[in-house]
Amino acid sequence: MAIATVAGTFSGLLGVGGGTVIVPLLILWLGYGEREATGTSLAAIVVIAAYATVGQALYGNVDAADAAVVGVPAIFGVVAGTALQQRLPERAVALLFAALLIATAVELIF
Amino acid sequence: MEYVAAAALGFAGGTLGGLVGVGGGVLFVPALAIFLDESQVRAEGTSLLAIVFVAFVGAWRQFGYGNLRLRDGFVLGAVSPLGVAIGVAVANAVSERVLELLFAALAIAIAVQLLGRTLKRPSPQAPRGREGAGPPP
Repeated sequence: MAIATVAGTFSGLLGVGGGTVIVPLLILWLGYGEREATGTSLAAIVVIAAYATVGQALYGNVDAADAAVVGVPAIFGVVAGTALQQRLPERAVALLFAALLIATAVELIF
Repeated sequence: MEYVAAAALGFAGGTLGGLVGVGGGVLFVPALAIFLDESQVRAEGTSLLAIVFVAFVGAWRQFGYGNLRLRDGFVLGAVSPLGVAIGVAVANAVSERVLELLFAALAIAIAVQLLGRTLKRPSPQAPRGREGAGPPP
């Protein structure tokens, strides 16, 4: 419940699905394996991002054409990414995730 | 050219999303803001719409691989609207710089915990040679 509320807040705040929060908390708090955490996170993100999209649309902040420009290639990307993930050790997934978090923080600060 | 760059970042965001279980917004938002000239808040709103579809396809693939606890995923999603409502309202009220620094601090705190846990764990059974870069030449 706490994970969901924190993830939801950041999703609405920052325009991300909340996975950045969900994945590590599922691993750290609920003892999920890395692959399971990422799969379950994606399912939660579908619901969370759908709520958040409606919220942002009410503020007039959604551009459907631009969403397609990044979203359609991204659908091919996610199929490739999930397939690639099955071939990586779970430890590599965790390290990749930590690297993503640090890169995100650096980009936001500077 | 801007569209090609935005699409490339979109593909990269999707790949990253599939690899680490995020929606890809981390790359969608800059793609929209930098290459398609959207404001930060509008880029975030637009990114969310793309994420709905990308995460759906990713979750469907992970379900096929046996890596999805469907009930937990829906519980997480179902109890989050309160958080989303708070987040959307705050995003439209607070300065962008505050949002950026807030998220940066959170990301660093989580990364430190995750690294600590991963590095403390005993060596993995899986072959180490396949981590990181692509296939051998």
